[in-house]
Amino acid sequence: MTIPHLRLDHINMDFPTPNGPFRALENVNMVVDKGEFISIIGHSGCGKSTVLNIVAGLLKATQGGVVLDGTEVDEPGPERAVIFQNHSLLPWLTAYENVELAVKQVFRLAEWKAKLWSKNELEAQPYKRKKSKAEMREWIEYNLSLVHMDHAMDKRPDEISGGMKQRVGIARALAMQPKILLMDEPFGALDALTRAHMQESLMKIHADLKNTVIMITHDVDEAVLLSDKIVMMTNGPAAGIGEILQINLQRPRDRIALSEDPAFNHYRHEVLEFLYARQRNPAQIAEEKRSGNGNGSEPATSAVDGADQEVVPTGSKLPAAEKRPAQLKVVA
Amino acid sequence: MRNKMLKKINISDLLTSISMPIIGLFVFMFGWNIAAKQVHTSLGVFPGPGEVYKQFTNLANEHREERAKADAFYKRQEKRNAKWLAKGRADKVRHRKYTGKETFFDQIGTSLITVFVGFVLGSLIAIPIGIVAGLSNITYKAINPVVQLLRPVSPLAWLPLVTMVVSAVYVSADPMFAKSFVTSALTVTLCCLWPTLINTAVGVSSVSKDLVNVGKVLNLGWWTKVRKIVLPSALPMIFTGLRLSLSIGWMVLIAAEMLAQNPGLGKFVWDEFQNGSSNSLGRIMVAVVVIGMIGFALDKGMLLLQRWLSWDKTAILR
Repeated sequence: MTIPHLRLDHINMDFPTPNGPFRALENVNMVVDKGEFISIIGHSGCGKSTVLNIVAGLLKATQGGVVLDGTEVDEPGPERAVIFQNHSLLPWLTAYENVELAVKQVFRLAEWKAKLWSKNELEAQPYKRKKSKAEMREWIEYNLSLVHMDHAMDKRPDEISGGMKQRVGIARALAMQPKILLMDEPFGALDALTRAHMQESLMKIHADLKNTVIMITHDVDEAVLLSDKIVMMTNGPAAGIGEILQINLQRPRDRIALSEDPAFNHYRHEVLEFLYARQRNPAQIAEEKRSGNGNGSEPATSAVDGADQEVVPTGSKLPAAEKRPAQLKVVA
Repeated sequence: MRNKMLKKINISDLLTSISMPIIGLFVFMFGWNIAAKQVHTSLGVFPGPGEVYKQFTNLANEHREERAKADAFYKRQEKRNAKWLAKGRADKVRHRKYTGKETFFDQIGTSLITVFVGFVLGSLIAIPIGIVAGLSNITYKAINPVVQLLRPVSPLAWLPLVTMVVSAVYVSADPMFAKSFVTSALTVTLCCLWPTLINTAVGVSSVSKDLVNVGKVLNLGWWTKVRKIVLPSALPMIFTGLRLSLSIGWMVLIAAEMLAQNPGLGKFVWDEFQNGSSNSLGRIMVAVVVIGMIGFALDKGMLLLQRWLSWDKTAILR
């Protein structure tokens, strides 16, 4: 069996509190293939950002680890680029300089830092090696044009809108040529129209660059539209992966055409059912308990110990609405 | 575009913002005049605005006379040296310095130089320590008790200690700086480095967590992180500290000069007081007004510097 691109292996996360350790995540197992677009969805406070921060290396898991191309990673690094919910651009630099900071940092890497990439990869993608000043300038402008921000590259963050700031954030992440792109509710702070534009841009970038993306989102439509797989998390505390939904919709995806597509609606149905029927909002559950409602379905527990969430490689012959409950183990 | 903005400025607003300060000042001076005339001291009536102006012109005239005397002295010296050179007696050429009295304006200059040296020295010590303390919680906890204990100490308490140390350590046949200068400057440093240190530490420790995470993801080295993320982010607070430090330093300087006898404004006030002539109170009052005006100008200068360096155009800087 080939080494998967990214693997989260039996991750537990405890946070120390005055009342003892608070278990945020329990037994999270996930496998991501190269070029996949994964969405992580779940109720507030279920630990989605915690998972992302662990993959990014900004948090260290209490148990278990993250394995990237066969090497364990627990420190942050530009090969797992993060796009934050609040763009996090340096406000005293222009858009160009913000991207330049990342590019300079990555492409002036000391040789010993390049050990994370195997020799074959370095040779296959010459961009990962050092760049000259002129090459850097070209590369920065190329990335800004990918997000359609080349006209405003000399503007400061306080001179551009929220959507533009987020686009610069995406450009900065892409300019690092990361192996994995991690997005923490990147469009959460934007209005619906801008969000739609950004989703289109993101789909196009994903199609062009074929990069691996893990995105956290609250928006069910966004998740179904953009991703190849949706990872649905159970409620916290001790949250884990509830179900993984494979989205087998043809790319490129047109949102208008899909809005009448029965498969699209079925996927939406599956996600909504998980979130609102089987994995209800904790506040709702508390309310129903108080009103003595005993018929509600119990929240699905986290994955049974020992059952790995094996991923069916894309191109399998399984039917369209494929979902794997936690207990089943599907062998490739 | 700019002209349009200027035209839009409300004339009445402009008049108010100019006339109200002037009116305030006038009312104050009027009240001062009245109150001063009521107070009779052993050295005469307390000086009012009129007396202050008279003494100021006296001081200005004294300054001009001194300068004229100095010029005459140097001219005579030049003529003498030229005569000796013409006779071929180069060995008899002398360049003596004019040993006249320091004028009021010379003393202002000395004070400014002393406070500048003390302030810069204090900032050079306080800012790096503040940065390290802000970044590392352990360091902060370690130095905090020391800072809190030393901060409230008055310059007048430091002065004897500093004087003794300087006398013992700064021994040289031909010193570049006078001992009184070093003593005053060091006292200023000791008293004015605390606001900068504390504000720098606070500013550095409150850098947005998101920006720190950006630095982590980019694997920025420690020095790069400080230079590119921490310092620009903390700059407003650092400047607040610098402004506070400068104003404290200026106040401390006058006291230090009085006791260390550094030939600046502090010494001027002390000498006048010891002098006890009928002009003394007036001249001291002139010094008070000048001290106040210089303090105001220093603060305004720092504010302009902060505005010039500030990247945040939305921040209102007063």
